[in-house]
Amino acid sequence: MNRGRKTVTTRRQFLAVAGGVASTAFVIVRHASATPASMASAIRQVIGEAVVQPGKVQLEVPPLVENGNTVSLTVSVASPMTAADHVKSIHIFNEKNPQPNVVAFHLGPRAGRAQVSTRIRLADTQTVIAIARMSDGSLWSAKADVIVTLAACVEDL
Amino acid sequence: MASALINVPKKAKLGDVIEIKTLISHIMETGFRHSTTGVPIPRDIITSFVCTYNNEEIFRAVLYPAIAANPFFMFTTIATESGTIKFTWQGDNGFLATASASITVE
Repeated sequence: MNRGRKTVTTRRQFLAVAGGVASTAFVIVRHASATPASMASAIRQVIGEAVVQPGKVQLEVPPLVENGNTVSLTVSVASPMTAADHVKSIHIFNEKNPQPNVVAFHLGPRAGRAQVSTRIRLADTQTVIAIARMSDGSLWSAKADVIVTLAACVEDL
Repeated sequence: MASALINVPKKAKLGDVIEIKTLISHIMETGFRHSTTGVPIPRDIITSFVCTYNNEEIFRAVLYPAIAANPFFMFTTIATESGTIKFTWQGDNGFLATASASITVE
């Protein structure tokens, strides 16, 4: 019985400590960074007032990233990639880096397959968005949520 | 001087989709960081990457500071004819690097 109570206390202590660690881990000094609003305006600058539909695009980013300095990203679009129907460009945006733009890829029917990989930086736990512009002018998008434990871009030397 | 690693298949069948990988050494300084004395470190990044196949553009990327140091790209193209695949990176402070690979299509 005594032992049982002891276990409870230990568990409580553990939870308290764990909570403390978690809250300190998430209290990070905020630098001026891209917000969802500035991301939205960056997206508008690229695509204008056109309507973006979810679908067709597949965005692969690891859900949990230890080091935001190099995060592998693969984006692919369901498209036959023919002269009549292909992906013209793929734009990647993020919410919380100092700048909302990440990269823009321009491709065409000669790609054969609409799939591109690169490595990006993420300054914080956030959502990454990929928007693909098709040859018929339609826009398709995909989102991915990424948890980043070590931030990139803004840390000082 | 920047060194680039490129990976293009030496041989391919006509009409095959081939995978191209490129990696170039570059610091990709974001311009958002400060030195220990608080002085902002100026931006120094690669801003554009272009790949041409027998002088016709097949892939282009516009880079921002959110691209990790030593930019890596993997993309695809259809093997249409034997020839040269050229790569050009351009960036801040007049950065310019080129690389090329030859491919035999049969």
